[in-house]
Parts: sequence; C-alpha cells; structure tokens
Amino acid sequence: MSRTYLTLLDPLTRLVGARGAMIVSAEDGLVVAEFLMENVKGSALAALAASLANRVARVVETSGRGAPRFMQLQAKGGSVFVALAPADLILVLLTGPETAAGAARLEMLQAVERMG
Amino acid sequence: MRTVEPWVAEPLNAFVTESSARLTLLMTSSGQVVAQHGFAGALDVMSAAALGAGIMASSQELAALMRWPPFRIMVHQGRAQGHFLCRFQTPRGWWIGLVVYGTDTSLGLVELFFDQLVEQLLAATPHEEKPREVLTADFEAELNASLRALFGR
Repeated sequence: MSRTYLTLLDPLTRLVGARGAMIVSAEDGLVVAEFLMENVKGSALAALAASLANRVARVVETSGRGAPRFMQLQAKGGSVFVALAPADLILVLLTGPETAAGAARLEMLQAVERMG
Repeated sequence: MRTVEPWVAEPLNAFVTESSARLTLLMTSSGQVVAQHGFAGALDVMSAAALGAGIMASSQELAALMRWPPFRIMVHQGRAQGHFLCRFQTPRGWWIGLVVYGTDTSLGLVELFFDQLVEQLLAATPHEEKPREVLTADFEAELNASLRALFGR
C-alpha cells in the first residue's frame, strides 16, 4: 500500500523546485508516505498541514461552499500546497519559489484523482 | 495547571495551549506526579499516574521479552478520544507524559508539541539538585506535599 502511495508522489517530486511531497492522514496528522529532502521534518509538516487542512475545510464548509479541494500557502522561500484526497487523506507538496504554482496544482489534482 | 516542580509550569503551559490537549500528566517512571493539567481530583490524578506508569512498565517488559528496543511512545486511539504515552529521559531520571486528547486536535500535533515540551523541559531542568530518593518513612509526607502542590489542598 505504501509503495502505491510513493508511486503517486513521484510526479510531484519531479516538479522544478520541489522539496518534497507527502501523503498524510487528515484525522491523525501522521505521515502515510513521504518523499522529502533531508532537512525537512516530515512529522511536523504532516501534523501542521493536516491541522490547517481540517480548519480551513471547516471554515469553507461553514460558509456554504462545500468541501475545499486545494490550498496554497505562499511565502518568500516557497510554497506549501495541500490537496484533500479520498479516504481521509491529504496530499502535501513543499516547493521552492521557483516552482510554477499552476503546474503544481495540476499535478496534485491529478494525483488526487489517481488516489480515488 | 498544577506542578510540583515550578520550572515545569511554563513549558507545560505552552504544550497545553499549542496541542489543545484535554488532560496532561507528567510523572516519574515510578508514577510520582510532577505536574498535571485538567484533572479535577487527587484520586483521578493518582490513578492515572499509577496506570500510566504501569502500562509503560509492562510494555517495556514486553519489548524486552521480544528483544525489541524499549517503546518510547504508545497510543490508545478511541473514536472521540486518544491517549498518548511517552517516556523520555531527563537529568532527574526517566519521566512519562500522559496526554488525553480529543477530536479538536490530532495525534500528529500532540506528538509534535510533546517533542517540543521535552526539549523545553530538558533546557529548563535545574542541574544543581541531585535526584532525591523517596524513603518509605518520608513517603506519606512527600505524597501529601505533592498533592498540596498539585491541588492546593
């Protein structure tokens, strides 16, 4: 199972500027599968990304817009992309500033479709 | 929040705030309570400490029997509530943290912030005092002093 998830992450890690990608259990905030550069602390990223995804989902659902699909947090040093996936999972992508946001979004949504 | 050791209060307070834990108990590996947050009564906290230390001790024995390295973290995950138990070394000996958390947080967050709590406790531990041995004759007085500190009674 974990190997299947790693295969799903592979195209994301090939994006220009990608620092890592992971699949996280949304409820627990624990890592299911990850491809990360050495200096990235996966467990912390997983826990915080899951917490963020859950809170944002609650906000969006409360506003009557349904469940969110995709989030992007852009900072000076790069971006964190989060996509909600089936089976209570989330897909997280960490990139540098050089990554094209559109390409990242497309790859992530395709990965989510493959997870379904 | 109540603590027997005053230097524990600040890191524990930060942990409780960040993790949204419902209940938190720090104890020595023998079940002596160091600090607690969220418990209403002395009986609850003493029972939880004894049970937490007992679970950790029996799990260490199981690991030894299987020739595994000792467990550091154990989790009991329920539908609406989880129990997180973590054993860690301090200059005062092995301590155990017992955290009860609900659906407003996650195991990942509890683990993340508990690791930070451990780091902060290690940094805050006063090194000058050697660990005290609790003698049988002093046990009741020690226990009463701890309960006064923990519950203000």
